[in-house]
Amino acid sequence: MSAAAITVEGLGKRYTLRHRAGGPGLLRDRLANLLRAPFRRRDPGSREEFWALRDLSFEVKQGEVVGIIGRNGAGKSTLLKILSRITEPTTGRAIIQGRVASLLEVGTGFHGELTGRENIFLNGAILGMTRREIRAKFDEIVAFSEVEKFLDTPVKFYSSGMYVRLAFAVAAHLEPEILIVDEVLAVGDAAFQKKCLGKMREVATGQGRTVLFVSHNSSALLDLCERGIWLQQGRRAGDGPIRETLSTYLQTGSAMQREFAVASDRPGIASVELDSAALQAGNLRFRVTFRSPTPLRPPVVGLIVYNKLGQPVCGANTRMTGPEWQPAPASAGTIAAAIESPPLQSDSYRVSVWLGDAGQDYDHQADALSFDYVAPHFHPKSPPPEVIGPLNLPWKWSWEDRA
Amino acid sequence: MNPSPLPPLVIEAGRTERHYWADLWRYRELFAFLAWRDLLVRYKQTAIGVAWALLQPFLTMVVFTVFGAWLAVPTGGVPRPVFVFVALLPWQFFSASLSGASNSLVSNAHLISKVYFPRLIVPLSAVATSLVDFLISAVFLAVLMAVYGVAPGPAIVALPLFVLLAFCASLGAGLWLTALNVKYRDFRFVLPFIVQFGLYISPVAFTSDIVPERWRPLYSLNPLVGIIDGFRWSVLGQATGSLWQCVGTSAAIVTAVLFSGIWYFRRTEKTFADVI
Repeated sequence: MSAAAITVEGLGKRYTLRHRAGGPGLLRDRLANLLRAPFRRRDPGSREEFWALRDLSFEVKQGEVVGIIGRNGAGKSTLLKILSRITEPTTGRAIIQGRVASLLEVGTGFHGELTGRENIFLNGAILGMTRREIRAKFDEIVAFSEVEKFLDTPVKFYSSGMYVRLAFAVAAHLEPEILIVDEVLAVGDAAFQKKCLGKMREVATGQGRTVLFVSHNSSALLDLCERGIWLQQGRRAGDGPIRETLSTYLQTGSAMQREFAVASDRPGIASVELDSAALQAGNLRFRVTFRSPTPLRPPVVGLIVYNKLGQPVCGANTRMTGPEWQPAPASAGTIAAAIESPPLQSDSYRVSVWLGDAGQDYDHQADALSFDYVAPHFHPKSPPPEVIGPLNLPWKWSWEDRA
Repeated sequence: MNPSPLPPLVIEAGRTERHYWADLWRYRELFAFLAWRDLLVRYKQTAIGVAWALLQPFLTMVVFTVFGAWLAVPTGGVPRPVFVFVALLPWQFFSASLSGASNSLVSNAHLISKVYFPRLIVPLSAVATSLVDFLISAVFLAVLMAVYGVAPGPAIVALPLFVLLAFCASLGAGLWLTALNVKYRDFRFVLPFIVQFGLYISPVAFTSDIVPERWRPLYSLNPLVGIIDGFRWSVLGQATGSLWQCVGTSAAIVTAVLFSGIWYFRRTEKTFADVI
């Protein structure tokens, strides 16, 4: 079981960014350029090269379950796309030993007009199953998805939960030697997520299958993977047992900040920032910067923290402040909001931000930031937050009676 | 789990080339599924369903029959509806394939950016879908011929060859348009023009014999000329004066377009996932 399943050597992927109108090229421009200067090379200064992956090498042994971690834009998705042959590398190579199935999304190729039954076959074929395999697994897939009754209904009439369940069920019944998974667990309701996670564990550990798993979900990573590879700006920044890699990664975050374009004629949120040094110490400190063409009387900023299922965990706005902070009219500014040692479980969270005044809301940035919170006192025996909820409260235990 | 019997798969720049044709074969079931999906979806939520496959050529035939009769365009003694419909058959197949193929990649963009498979499957299945409509129309032609009491001659055995030629012409031109359309959406506007204009420069409503001799070489550069004349010859036994030159020119052009189409498609498909 120690043969290499995936060998990656010096892998690199370069994208060329054109600093002109984006999207597919206009033939007119090409032709016009060709007529104007038929022999000159095209616009040498107007493009910029960007390496999504740079000189990446690693090896994954057969049967290993590896988590790929890193911030958005670190090259994780590019790596998975290269390994699943959706796009070609610019340099280097990858050698894969075994049949690969990749799940970069659930329900790829589902067609709304087709029935559940038809979509099982179509999706299975797209994911690389043969008709015979699909037929053999059909009953299992249907049972897992819990949509028996609607099998002959076009999926456009499905609820989003049913849709996702059916899609995951097909994917979960693939039987490749190497499975490449991108963040597909963030689907469905809590009960179904738990079932998915269980199925993933079974798939990952049950039959000596090699799995590459990209996720932002720390608890799922800890639960499923043995090893972690950490990517930073397209290069390997860390590699080792998942627990260590994950904790170095979580502690090395740069300032987490998102900036937003603000229209000049409307009040808007210009940036949202989370202090990462404070986050490491287990504190949440947000800064929200806003701008407005006319003074807001007074500016009202609201924050809501959601868990990864999208359920609100906690939130507040500046209308709810106590005597220590008095709102005053302002046309621009930065408002800080902090919670020291919030009683949260270690998990991934997202924050949405609102801006308004006494009368109405002007701007709203859904999922402005996402962050991984690591509770300072994480108990290794703690069940995951999906099971016991997002709150990590200081329970006091004592004997009332004992025999 | 047993060690895989598969040879190791090497992914590097330019490597896809080598497994391409083997992969195309390996993914043949996906090809069938995509064609089947397109067929199933096409006429869902339509009131008259598959009759649409017939309605369009039927109405075109009616128009051309009426105007052809009015302008007294010679048909060589064949009942005019049959004369027109035989030609419409390959023409409709060609134009439907072209429209289907050129949009196929863009409308399957979600697949292309999420799963690997030889991209050639997508336009190929679009052409295969049009082939089904073609077969439905062919049945209608048989009915039409029975009604007018026209029987095919022995040349009918050559028909599959002309169907193959039409298929290659559709695929070749379709591949060019498909690949160009991914990069330059201009071709979305070029296509309706080709389809509209092509109908009038192809011998659908008339026979090639009325084209003046000195224009023949230029006229026969349109590969549909050879295909349509070939259809008329094999179904109705009606040979135009320049039949074999036209068929020869057409076969040569179709071959060139098909191979250059495959070449261009293959050359650009590596970047589809990045630009789509």
